Amino acid sequence: MGQLQPLEGNLAVAEAMRQINPDVVAAYPITPSTEIVQTFANFVADGEVDTNYVAVESEHSAMSACTAAAAAGGRVMNVTSANGLALMWEILYITASFRQPVILTVVNRALSGNINIHCDHSDTMGTRDAGWIQLYSENVQECYDNLIQAVAIGERMDVRLPVMSCLDGFLVSHSYEMLEVEDDEAVREWIGPYKPNEPLLDVENPYTMGPIDLYDYYIEHKYSQWQAYPAAKQAVIEEGKRFGETFGREYGLMETLGLDDADIAVVAMSSAAGTAKDVVDKLRDEGVKAGLLKLRCFRPFPGEEIAAALAGCKAVCVMDRAASFGAGSGPLFHEIAAAMYTGGQTVPINNVIYGLGGRTVKPADIESVYRGLMEIADTGKVEQVCTWLSVRE
Amino acid sequence: MPKNLKQLSESPVRLTAGHRLCPGCGEPIVVKQILAASDDPVIAANATGCLEVSTTIFPYTAWTIPWLHIAFENAAAVAAGMEAMYQSLKNQGKIDADTNYNFVAFAGDGGTYDIGFQALSGAVERGHKLLYVCLNNQAYMNTGIQRSSASPLGANTTTSPAGKLIPGKTKYQKDLTACMAAHDMPYAAQTIPGRWRDITRKAERAFEIDGPSFINVLTPCPLGWRCAPEETVSISQLAADTCFWPLYEVDHGEWKLNYRPKEKVPVDEFLSKQGRFRHLFKGDQGEEVRRQIQERVDYKWEQLLDRCGES
Repeated sequence: MGQLQPLEGNLAVAEAMRQINPDVVAAYPITPSTEIVQTFANFVADGEVDTNYVAVESEHSAMSACTAAAAAGGRVMNVTSANGLALMWEILYITASFRQPVILTVVNRALSGNINIHCDHSDTMGTRDAGWIQLYSENVQECYDNLIQAVAIGERMDVRLPVMSCLDGFLVSHSYEMLEVEDDEAVREWIGPYKPNEPLLDVENPYTMGPIDLYDYYIEHKYSQWQAYPAAKQAVIEEGKRFGETFGREYGLMETLGLDDADIAVVAMSSAAGTAKDVVDKLRDEGVKAGLLKLRCFRPFPGEEIAAALAGCKAVCVMDRAASFGAGSGPLFHEIAAAMYTGGQTVPINNVIYGLGGRTVKPADIESVYRGLMEIADTGKVEQVCTWLSVRE
Repeated sequence: MPKNLKQLSESPVRLTAGHRLCPGCGEPIVVKQILAASDDPVIAANATGCLEVSTTIFPYTAWTIPWLHIAFENAAAVAAGMEAMYQSLKNQGKIDADTNYNFVAFAGDGGTYDIGFQALSGAVERGHKLLYVCLNNQAYMNTGIQRSSASPLGANTTTSPAGKLIPGKTKYQKDLTACMAAHDMPYAAQTIPGRWRDITRKAERAFEIDGPSFINVLTPCPLGWRCAPEETVSISQLAADTCFWPLYEVDHGEWKLNYRPKEKVPVDEFLSKQGRFRHLFKGDQGEEVRRQIQERVDYKWEQLLDRCGES
């Protein structure tokens, strides 16, 4: 049985890292995730973990050292935000290509400029093609639970992919909430020991990793990587179920509210989905058939499952906490619109971009999105595909 | 005791024949000499560059040791990451504590002096037990002879071309070995492939140190230097004889000169063997640049003698 404790998101992540007890952490501090590495450094200083903590000189070296440490043959974790994630960019692709299950907590923060330290999803959305599994957390409990599951998912022998576990900067990272913290032994038993795969420290079986790979093999290697993602999606489902069986909190690719009979639905991720739940409750009290799809697993993208879940709606709005400049709408919208189209759905769908740089999204803001959907459901017409929510013009 | 020539010749082959480096390339000579210096297991990190692309064309590899390439600017961080995992597993009793594993990073001057300098400086400051070897051929040779901060004054490269107005590179080379020594690291040295005893002894010294070590090897590139492939070794010897590239080491803060030519050969002897300096032997402007190069060599040599207590 776990224990109820009040913790900030950052402290819950650090607590999960302490319990996971990775062999190596190589990290560089950046707001709003700094508190995680500080707290973890204290665990190292007090001998509470076996981890070799490498206080590198940049995020580029952080992800380079993490990828190399994982390739050497052990469990590796890392933490970052925003510009730090951008500096890791080059290496993120390589970590995934090498199939190294490095676990990275990203405390979501706006990617400059101008510089802003508050929440949006522009950092992780930008890395969506890098090959990492991405899980998004609504609250403190979820960022604790998701980090533990990330280890089990990424390290499965049929997956072997790096995982980002994402939480909203300040909104979750610096918010105290009650959460259930499981026993150390129960967590360690649930994730199990690390299973190395062709480790470089096995000097008896030397391995050349990261060779030059030209037009005669490169595309086959990329195709082989491509084939890992259906297994990864299955792993997210199975490990979420197994987590539920052990700890009583089950997870899936997404969480839905009222979609069984919803006329109008919003798709959102992370903390805004929590706000949207209250709005759905309010609208339901008024007799409006409102629903919510909270996407937890953005990579691998569960397009078919999303299209099926939204199939009965008369209007859908996708809320993006990131803009895709020049594309005319947000990244989550693009993928959901594509999934709906290829899934044969003709539900009218629109997009709002909200909350950039930490702009507060209030229940009334989300309610206005639902009110807009009621109109679309009536007319069947989308006047404007993408709008910015509560923005001064 | 350092290995003698017979023992070196019997050392395990860690970079095999069949790689695709150019005829006369100094890199495989240096790599083999460095890796022959220890019989302990060794694990290599390699920056993007000639050595990496020419020894690992998939599905082939010329390496008989574990080898990892991730990117261009991070060889030091990559070696540090592997070493960090090794130390962690060793401390946890998951790896035999009696065996010593060596970690070595190979990178060119681009990956060391320029884009990889930050990662190198960081890894050295953190004290990882690893040897970093700079295969310094004084330009970005893998991408086609572009200037680096290791390129010497006057060098004709594709981004510091010798033109009608500008006579090649207009800046002096960075003194990176001294920069590394200024980190107060346990061991920093520079050498050439032409003196096998010097290079293998330095590698042995580096491997026995419980911390970071750095060896800067002037590594001739016949393609980029435009010199004869059979002269790789002799040109590197000329670099030492002209004091253009002195052989020395800084062992725990103690500066030691390892080679003092009987007669200091004029730097023109070194320059004239290489097409990259050919333009300096035509006209007054070239002569002036050669004078500046000689002046710089003399200044740096006196500075080194002073540091080594030999002036």
